[in-house]
Amino acid sequence: MPLSMSRSPGATPVDDSSRTISQVSTLKSEPDTQSQDLSMADAPASSDEEAAKTKVNLEDLFDDEDSDNEFPSSAPQIKSEEASQPIPLKITSKSAYSDPEIMRAFYQRLFPFRHLFQWLNHSPTPSNDFAHREFAFTLPNDAYLRYQSFPTADLLRKQCIAQLPSRFEIGPVYSTNPRDRKTLRKASAFRPLSKELVFDIDMTDYDDIRTCCTGASICEKCWSFITMAIKVIDVALRDDLGFKHILWVYSGRRGAHAWVCDKRARELDDSRRRSIAGYLELLKGGDQGGKRVNVRRPLHPHLDRSLDILKEHFQTTILREQDPWAEDAKAAHLLNLLPDKTLRDALQKKWDSAPERPSAAKWADIDAVAKSGSLSKSSRDLLEAKQDIVLEYTYPRLDAEVSKKLNHLLKSPFVVHPGTGRVCVPIDTRRVEEFDPLGVPTVTQLLQEIDEWRGEEGEKKVPDWDKTSLKPYVDFFRGFVASLLRDEKGAVKREREDGDAMEF
Amino acid sequence: MIRHDYSRVEPKRRAYIDPKKKQFAKVEFQQQEYKHRLNYYVLPPTAEITLEEFETWAINRLKVLSELEACSFRNRSPEETAEYMKSILDKYLPLRSNSSRSRDLQEERRKDHYSHFILRLAFSSTEDLRRRFSRLETMLFRLRFKEDDLRERQDFVSSLNLEWEEVGDDEKRELKEALAAVSGLKKGEEQGWFKVDFERVPELVEQRKVVLKRGKAYVPQREQMSLVVAEFTKRLDDALELTARALPRLDEDDRLAPILAHLSQSFMAPDAAYSSSDANIDGLSTITAPAIDNLSQHFPLCMQNLHQTLRRDSHLKHFGRLQYTLFLKGIGLSLEECIVFWRRSFKLIQDDKFNKEYRYNIRHSYGDVGGDANRRGRGYTPYSCQKLLTEPLPGPGQAHGCPYRTFEPDNLIAMLQRTGVSDRDLLKGVREDVGKQRYHVACNRVFEHSHKKEMKKVKDDGTWSAADLDTIVHPNTYFKRSWLLKHLGEGNAGVVNGDKMEE
Repeated sequence: MPLSMSRSPGATPVDDSSRTISQVSTLKSEPDTQSQDLSMADAPASSDEEAAKTKVNLEDLFDDEDSDNEFPSSAPQIKSEEASQPIPLKITSKSAYSDPEIMRAFYQRLFPFRHLFQWLNHSPTPSNDFAHREFAFTLPNDAYLRYQSFPTADLLRKQCIAQLPSRFEIGPVYSTNPRDRKTLRKASAFRPLSKELVFDIDMTDYDDIRTCCTGASICEKCWSFITMAIKVIDVALRDDLGFKHILWVYSGRRGAHAWVCDKRARELDDSRRRSIAGYLELLKGGDQGGKRVNVRRPLHPHLDRSLDILKEHFQTTILREQDPWAEDAKAAHLLNLLPDKTLRDALQKKWDSAPERPSAAKWADIDAVAKSGSLSKSSRDLLEAKQDIVLEYTYPRLDAEVSKKLNHLLKSPFVVHPGTGRVCVPIDTRRVEEFDPLGVPTVTQLLQEIDEWRGEEGEKKVPDWDKTSLKPYVDFFRGFVASLLRDEKGAVKREREDGDAMEF
Repeated sequence: MIRHDYSRVEPKRRAYIDPKKKQFAKVEFQQQEYKHRLNYYVLPPTAEITLEEFETWAINRLKVLSELEACSFRNRSPEETAEYMKSILDKYLPLRSNSSRSRDLQEERRKDHYSHFILRLAFSSTEDLRRRFSRLETMLFRLRFKEDDLRERQDFVSSLNLEWEEVGDDEKRELKEALAAVSGLKKGEEQGWFKVDFERVPELVEQRKVVLKRGKAYVPQREQMSLVVAEFTKRLDDALELTARALPRLDEDDRLAPILAHLSQSFMAPDAAYSSSDANIDGLSTITAPAIDNLSQHFPLCMQNLHQTLRRDSHLKHFGRLQYTLFLKGIGLSLEECIVFWRRSFKLIQDDKFNKEYRYNIRHSYGDVGGDANRRGRGYTPYSCQKLLTEPLPGPGQAHGCPYRTFEPDNLIAMLQRTGVSDRDLLKGVREDVGKQRYHVACNRVFEHSHKKEMKKVKDDGTWSAADLDTIVHPNTYFKRSWLLKHLGEGNAGVVNGDKMEE
């Protein structure tokens, strides 16, 4: 029975204490909460019975908006609904990604709304964490709709199917429902409360050191930049800042986003976010700024560790694959970064006589020439300068503005990138090296796979994404959300127990 | 614990006064005793002061705060600021240490205490004022904290009861290398470490001056100031928030309100360095998009840099566009012309993409679209030098900000030479200024050099007053003055409209 599943006694405390935390509950839902409180206090054993009663209330609550669904967020219904309308879609890989039929099929059959809901709601039962969360839709005509919000996953799904946004973004949880913001008498009553700490790494920031591609295009070679960045940032977030629930998502074209979902991260204010962005940011100055990495010695533990991670990549990705100093003009930049005039002159002479010398050779030349006596400074200075160069060419380049503001919107996971048709899938950091952005399924490919699926539909309905190559990504996401929810529940329980202790 | 101003009075009255005699009783407040020179301003003052004291004390403190702000505008280093502020503090808000055994000790501290709370009332009304007040008060607190007598400072800190966990020897041994890397101490040197949640020391985290381990920040003893200051700011911010909420209920006759209003108004001025009259330049016909190339010779270096980058790449990144658009708005380019300007400049971009991704932002800067507040305020004001000098440095591919600050000196000199500044002494001066982080001085130096002749003329003719030739602290002022000086004798000599360009 789906009812007792989602209304188990384990779930009720989560629901009611999340209400107390946010302190903003509509009048309508008041009796509902109370009856739950009673049932908990009097006899926990009878809570199933009570839950049955409260269920009626809940239904009333959502009745007007949601009449076709018996229970808003329970899974089986969604599936049966999907199964009841099997549309034979003729989709070929040639169909345009933004074709309305394709987007409709995608939202109807593939987008994991339920997992997304649980991820943002932090509990199985609808709470303000989800209901007051801002969504922003980009409609097919490129209109941008901000301040959308939804009480349940199903209503979000419904609006997606009705409006077919080419993508949607996720913003913060607000103090009141974003849709009601204009009815408030005081503007200050509407303010962002919490949001995941987010990071955005985009290949455009690497354009000055990337030689394989330019602009929007990427290849396996330049994806290594993103791989390096993920490794460095991820370990810093975990080991230094103590965050556990970090979701990396492919942005659909040439970058990656990180969502840090720990409660502690969600509640950071702007100044704290700025400080974390500053901690992780290293490259300073624009194109005219000269040497962009100038760090104190001894190296901060975070930089020391990053350098360890990046050293190896510098040899392969930078020297061998990108070959950034092959041209003379670019080699001049390398020379500028070296602190020693005699060494620079000696190298210049050597390279002038051998144009187009590969970067790896030039890099080796630095030490060789220095050893042969053309070094007026200490070898320590040279080593430090070389470390700075390694960092300048490999250290993550964050779009820091995104991380600094609580109310910055970021594209949701699992939406389709309108340009490439690729789904913004999560990246498993345990196997980050294996991630291939060009192997990420496109929406048309996925829909084709559904049509071609010839498996057994047994007793249990098979969700559509299980029939496609999206399955591993959805499974990964589900695992991520489940572990987040486990911790969240633990935290709420602890808070509750602490609260009780106060009363006695 | 923080207690709030207004709630405090009532309970006290009740405690001391027999309700039957309430109307005749004289209210008695406990006179606060100030043990420490520094003050966290937790308890509001309760004793009576005269109206005159109320006003003069507040004005004195305001004077100190605005001088402090001026120091930060001019990019003075902490040492220079301390040096400069010394005489001002002695004059307006002296605060001596216990060891001085001055007879006025309590009186000084009382004044400090009261004036702080008066300004708190005056500056809690808007978010902007609150942020500014808290920033300046924090600067003042930091300044005093640094100067304080070592032992008295220690006493003060321990009186605060801040909850800091000291790092034990075992843990220290375990993290030895990491701690040594951060503290920068040689081997054998020892120092104490505190352990706090990283949220409590954002500044130190940002500058990587602490070791982070699983969400805990390990803070070296000598960074204690940062902790104390951060705590001060936090409490002040919270208290200001409370004050703001209580302000509408301030049960007040008309004696204090005008003083408070006046105080907060006089505090507003420096930030609003741009006046719309900068856009009206006599003799300059209506600016059109094609005229920008020609006019750009009068632009300050920051805008010339953006203009050149735009011409070179046919593109500018977001913050560059914003800074340049606002500047162009400031010199009087209309919205329509501005859109034309950008459309033509972004040669490589299709109409469709331009309309979708860029047009809105331009209109938003002009206040043509966006929220109610944005439209009413006619968009953002053009950025001042102070704004450009305090915002974060540009990242890869970005060209916004002040070149005197963001460029490496060699690149800066090269850029200046490209724009026709080649005097060796001048360039040397610029290099020195930049080395001392006096970016606006360098910029003014360049301006004065390239307008030497004209400036002499208007000075000799007496057509321009000294105020008209004051230091430039706004890119739009730079343009206006440059244009006027170069077009003297075209029927507009000396017309600066006489209005104040900036304070």
